[in-house]
Amino acid sequence: MAARVLVGVKRVIDYAVKIRVKPDNTGVVTDGVKHSMNPFCEIAVEEAVRLKEKKLVKEVVAVSCGPQQVQETIRTALAMGADRGIHVEVSGKDYDSLGPLQVSKILAALAKKEEASLIILGKQAIDDDCNQTGQMTAALLDWPQGTFASEVAVEGDKLKVIREVDGGLETIKINLPAVVTADLRLNTPRYATLPNIMKAKKKKITNVKPGDLGVDLTSRLEVLRVDEPPQRQAGVKVETVEDLVGKLKEAGRI
Amino acid sequence: HHWAVGWRLGNRPCDRNVAGLIPRADSLTDEQKEFQKVAFDFAANEMAPHMAEWDQNEIFPVETMRKAAQLGFGGIYVRPEVGGSGLSRLDTSIIFEALSTGCTSTTAYISIHNMCAWMIDTFGSNELREKFCPDLCSMEKFASYCLTEPGSGSDAASLLTSAKLQGDHYVLNGSKAFISGGGDTDVYVVMCRTGGKGPKGISCVVVEKGTPGLSFGKKEKKVGWNSQPTRAVIFEDCAVPVTNRLGSEGQGFNIAMKGLNGGRINIASCSLGAAHASVLLARDHISVRKQFGETLSNSQFLQFKLAEMATRLVASRLLVRQAALALQEDRPDAVSLCSMAKLFATDECFSICNQALQMHGGYGYLKDYAVQQFVRDIRVHQILEGTNEVMRMIIARDLLTES
Repeated sequence: MAARVLVGVKRVIDYAVKIRVKPDNTGVVTDGVKHSMNPFCEIAVEEAVRLKEKKLVKEVVAVSCGPQQVQETIRTALAMGADRGIHVEVSGKDYDSLGPLQVSKILAALAKKEEASLIILGKQAIDDDCNQTGQMTAALLDWPQGTFASEVAVEGDKLKVIREVDGGLETIKINLPAVVTADLRLNTPRYATLPNIMKAKKKKITNVKPGDLGVDLTSRLEVLRVDEPPQRQAGVKVETVEDLVGKLKEAGRI
Repeated sequence: HHWAVGWRLGNRPCDRNVAGLIPRADSLTDEQKEFQKVAFDFAANEMAPHMAEWDQNEIFPVETMRKAAQLGFGGIYVRPEVGGSGLSRLDTSIIFEALSTGCTSTTAYISIHNMCAWMIDTFGSNELREKFCPDLCSMEKFASYCLTEPGSGSDAASLLTSAKLQGDHYVLNGSKAFISGGGDTDVYVVMCRTGGKGPKGISCVVVEKGTPGLSFGKKEKKVGWNSQPTRAVIFEDCAVPVTNRLGSEGQGFNIAMKGLNGGRINIASCSLGAAHASVLLARDHISVRKQFGETLSNSQFLQFKLAEMATRLVASRLLVRQAALALQEDRPDAVSLCSMAKLFATDECFSICNQALQMHGGYGYLKDYAVQQFVRDIRVHQILEGTNEVMRMIIARDLLTES
């Protein structure tokens, strides 16, 4: 039985916002743009809270890395039922270059510090679509991983995880402690209730610096350029099937 | 999954609040932002997909409202010890405004239900509070507010429904008109005459459905507010325990008016939500619809019109929120401000929704498009909970008394 669950929650640009690339092509516009919790992280929080409600875990700790604003995201997790939060302070250039490698190092260090026996993350973030943090965290801790989970069940000191893979569904059994990443169909996240939002105010968020965890934030990646996807080109009308085949051959498609 | 569904619908009102679109003039606390978020999400996922069906089939969406109640929307400003959420009037306004973007008619009913729950919580004995409030806050039971009669609308204090004391019961005789929820709801907060003429002869009693002598008229056919039934409520020798009275004898009119102060902010908030949703619908339509070789959004006239609509919406919102603050702080100008907010916001927002419909051209007149439902649903906000003419009476009286 896992005593403490760490759930990573990422603050991302809201899914419904129309993304605009900055004029200098160094990134996307984030100032004044609506942000919310990454949808897969919401699913991760929901799963952790359900495990607690089933009394399979004792404490759910929500973690987010970033500047002051990520506290909003942690508060949303608290309002959904997480017990306390950890804000890992990262800002400025460090935040701009923060990626799965750095976050997984942070999560691994926190897991050891907090003596967590289960980490639940979203399978990927909708801004960078990396789909790496869960896997890297497991590797750093040398823990088993159950990624793309559409179902999680506790069986003694093991976890049964049903994974969504290209071929269908794969069922695995992994030992605890473990890392699980949530896929879309794992659950439907609850709405925070008004009383829980009020209760969340009283829940604690502790601040931690990456240096305190012995983590080096240096990025091995450098973003060279960000561009919008090419505009959709107009199509061409053809008269006959022969024309169509000819055009497709010309375009190197067949 | 709620966000995946919204992705497909692609038109969540809360998402358009980036700077430059509709400035929300926010200085909301973190909690208020969370309340607003939950309300917007609930509106987009649980209400907006059904609002047309509820309107066209006249469905009272009991299950959806109970879901809302589970989140704490059943007794938003009722005290927590009897199941309420214990929030402020400003919190409430923010919540109703957001919910209203999903379905204005249903949100308006939820606000009336909240008003009744508050009246019982505030003026009822502990026994009454404990008997009714928990079920009302969870929406296990629904409530109706019964003041208006066929012969007394604006002149509410001239109401005739009598309540004669017989032993330990009041026996009620008379009828109420235009009661929202009437016939489908369980708990009726009824203003009736226990004493002499005028406001001081009026008391307030709680009547439960199923009480012998309580019956209902036919369901009215309305232009809007079709997701809530409206019926006459009829009392024929209907005996109600004296212990069901809220406050003291003769306090009923006062209780009714205190309920309405909050009710007016709530209704105005519902109008704000409808106008907000309509401005976004209009904006989206004119960005897509082309005539004379370009999108309608290139027309300076329409740009200016949209700007005016957004400006008046923000102005209305500020007045409504100020009134909410004044009421929760119990300031002397609260009653006037609530009347001003109701008057201004309901008029402006109807005009905004109506113009949004106009911007849709012929499509605006089709029931396939949501804008016409917002127009129909908020038209009545200028009439009920005190007509906008009565609002002027209240404000003028206040101004002239000071001089």
